[in-house]
Amino acid sequence: MKNSSRRGFMGKAFGGVAGVGAIAALFAMKKSWDPLPSVKAAGFTTLDMSAYKENELVVEKWRGKPIFVLKQSKAMLESEDKNMSQLTGKTTAAIDKTRLIKIGDAHYMVTIGLCTHLGCIPGYDKDEKSFLCACHGGKYDDTGMVTKSPPPRGLDIPPFKIDGNTLVLGEEGPEYKKMKETGITL
Amino acid sequence: MKNKEPLILAVVVFFTLVTYYLVEPFAHSQMHKHVEGQDFVYNGTADIEEVEHRIAIAKEGKADTKALEAKLQKKKAFWSDVEKISKLKGDVVAGEGTFAMCQGCHMEGAANMGGVTPPSLAHSGALYDTKYLIALIKDPAMASNVDHKYADTSMHPMGSIMAMVSEPQDIANVVAFLKAKKSGEVTPKEAFVDSCGRCHANRYEQLTQSGFIPKTKADIKTGTDIAMLDFKKKVAQEQISLAGYLGKLPPDLSIIIRARSEHFLETFVENPQSQLAGTAMPRVGLTKDSYAKVLEYLEDSGDTKRHERESVGKNVMIYILIFAIFALLWKREIWRDLH
Amino acid sequence: MAHFTKATSIKDWLNQRLAIEKVEKVMASEYWIPKNINFLWAMGMVLVITFVLLLVSGIFLLMYYQPNVDLAFDSVNYTIMREVDFGWLWRHVHGVAASVVFLIIYIHMFTAIYYGSYKKGREMIWISGMLLFVAFSAEAFSGYMLPWGQMSYWAGMVITNLFSGGSLHADGLVEWIRGDYVPAQAFLNRFFMLHVLLIPVAIMGLIGLHFGALRIPHVNNQDGEEIDFDEESKKYLAGDKAGSKVIRFANDFMSKDMLVVAIYLVFFFYLVFFHYDFAMDPVNFDPADGLKTPTHIYPEWYFLWSYEILRPFSTNIGLMAFAFAQVIFMALPFLDRSPNTVPASRRGLFKYWFWAMLIDMIILTAMGKVPPIEPFGTIGFYAALTFIGLWIALPIITMFEKKA
Repeated sequence: MKNSSRRGFMGKAFGGVAGVGAIAALFAMKKSWDPLPSVKAAGFTTLDMSAYKENELVVEKWRGKPIFVLKQSKAMLESEDKNMSQLTGKTTAAIDKTRLIKIGDAHYMVTIGLCTHLGCIPGYDKDEKSFLCACHGGKYDDTGMVTKSPPPRGLDIPPFKIDGNTLVLGEEGPEYKKMKETGITL
Repeated sequence: MKNKEPLILAVVVFFTLVTYYLVEPFAHSQMHKHVEGQDFVYNGTADIEEVEHRIAIAKEGKADTKALEAKLQKKKAFWSDVEKISKLKGDVVAGEGTFAMCQGCHMEGAANMGGVTPPSLAHSGALYDTKYLIALIKDPAMASNVDHKYADTSMHPMGSIMAMVSEPQDIANVVAFLKAKKSGEVTPKEAFVDSCGRCHANRYEQLTQSGFIPKTKADIKTGTDIAMLDFKKKVAQEQISLAGYLGKLPPDLSIIIRARSEHFLETFVENPQSQLAGTAMPRVGLTKDSYAKVLEYLEDSGDTKRHERESVGKNVMIYILIFAIFALLWKREIWRDLH
Repeated sequence: MAHFTKATSIKDWLNQRLAIEKVEKVMASEYWIPKNINFLWAMGMVLVITFVLLLVSGIFLLMYYQPNVDLAFDSVNYTIMREVDFGWLWRHVHGVAASVVFLIIYIHMFTAIYYGSYKKGREMIWISGMLLFVAFSAEAFSGYMLPWGQMSYWAGMVITNLFSGGSLHADGLVEWIRGDYVPAQAFLNRFFMLHVLLIPVAIMGLIGLHFGALRIPHVNNQDGEEIDFDEESKKYLAGDKAGSKVIRFANDFMSKDMLVVAIYLVFFFYLVFFHYDFAMDPVNFDPADGLKTPTHIYPEWYFLWSYEILRPFSTNIGLMAFAFAQVIFMALPFLDRSPNTVPASRRGLFKYWFWAMLIDMIILTAMGKVPPIEPFGTIGFYAALTFIGLWIALPIITMFEKKA
């Protein structure tokens, strides 16, 4: 009947208008759930690269996670040419150097200090120049590359941006973007 | 059946509005007597009226008015002198020379003097009223209306200026210098920090009486941030000194814009004694424009989302009117065959 | 075991297990409402909508509020108002709704008193409604503590002091309620618990009781006429919708409800965005300071009439008058000795009683806000006496009421 169809239409139209309001309200609610500006601002850590010493691991903090900063010495850079992967038996030289960040004349390993296996924090041996994860025996070399399983991949590299002699963690600079593209890090 | 709804609506609205009026505007008018502002004119009118009013009350109570009369004469003479000095032509170059005497206390990184840190004068020409500046140099306690705290106004922390710069022409010169060379565009933040920030913190804007909270780093091994602890100690010491000088620590102004009415804030800043008689807060001497800047800073800290509130509000009002129209149309459709 | 057959549709499947068709008929399409009503009958739905607004806005406030005496004030005025996206919106909605809900409650209450909707089988609706008023009052009071401003602290101090019982000096009881000698962390935390969990649960239960109490007696009408719902509903279902004295709850009554709600929301949102100081008093934007009493302390507007009954008298008498005021409304169905269920305009002296009570409560409200100086002190005193007098007069007036 004409009446009931017009009534049904009006009812649906009204329901539609109410729906628009409900969606707008849901949008506002979603935004209220977002991380706060102060949280997002704290998501950037600036590292002063001039403060680090060669072959001395320093643990920084970024977004609640430990960050390994290891300045490479000449000996470390030279020996990396000879590195062998226990996984593949092949030299890892080509991959190793690309894991490092070059600032000025110095090279640094900057990675998230969590084992890519199950998240424990590996320990660094200065003499062996390698990382050993006590939880399941995983090992990494002095560029963060995996040398002994079970870790599935090398230590992850955090997003970074080179700014003069400082490194800003949390921002994606061109060097980091290249590392992601070539699959060096996730 | 007669439709009674318009009458019922009128009755409900009437009683609601009567209740609202009695509980809000009327009650508040009974709680807070209206205070007239001076529209940021500093010529002593308010100060003189204040003493005259107190004389009138004393006379009603049959108390002795000799001391008050003397005070009245002193104030009248003071502000009339200020008026005279304001008519002199100030020499900016000579003023710069005189200004050297001010810089001893009013320099960047100045030390706390007698309880309070002297404010920066970098923008003083833009922030403060000319007559007020003249009055301030002539007698700081009288100008800022806190002379009731001192038997001898030269005991004011800035009281030494009364002896150092006393010649009317010298005063006119240095004020001309400030107006010419220490002015420029002032941001709301600068206006607040310079005119209020040495006594009033604003924690929502990370501002303390010792400046903005710096970015520091905690020691990675222990989590302690010694630089921040040192800064907090510095602020605490400044606050103790201020509380000692003023009697109590001036309130943090983060949310003052919602804790007091705009009229209260304006009249209070212009002449604190008019709203809180006996307060230790000095008159600051802001011009009308500078006060507007300070107000904007206070709104930014205490009513940050006001622009968003207004724009979202407008959109919500439009939506809800459309919603109501559709509700009406649907209701009409349903009730078409019910009536 | 009931007999279940293979379902023909999802609706049939649910219907066999949950009787949704029967529920829909009882609660919606065959819940018969009299046609002879006005927009005041929509206040119940307006209250439901406002309660939902309070719940939803409350949920988002709860995500960021910190019930700690050192953090509470800034968690509201900095984190929620400045940092959280749309945090200011939830705060404003919550504050304005908390105030406006009482305006609607009072309109709803006085509608019931005017039309006699508390009599002849509807007593439980009235009693459950008054219990809801008490629950909402407790919810409002506990909520007001949370921002931990000056008014929060001093209202907490003053209201808990009432429990010392005047000359009874039950200071131990007061300390037990607070969990401390003064309103402090223990006090804030427990009132947070009450506000966020216990009282809302009680309110939802009472709403269920309130709706349940309404179902059997059915909704009243403007003339208090006793309608034969069976007969009228038969007329409606036979097709004579215009002639029937009843309408369906869904969608007939609901569509008018929704219209009233929509108009209400226009005013509500105007207040939320553009005129909210009445609901968010400036005094509460000063952080709580146990060493400094504000110059003017006053309760929220909806408690003022009650506050003014306490104020003019000496301590013990004031407390007794205050206790009287809290419970006396509950006794209305039993104090009203007349069986007439008609609007007040047709009830002789009760008509004057009604308007006198309404105006007296408004006067008490106004006097409760202003400082107790003259002439306000005297006006408040006589208004309080009038309130008590009106309730004593009620049984007498209604006993001699002519049968309508």
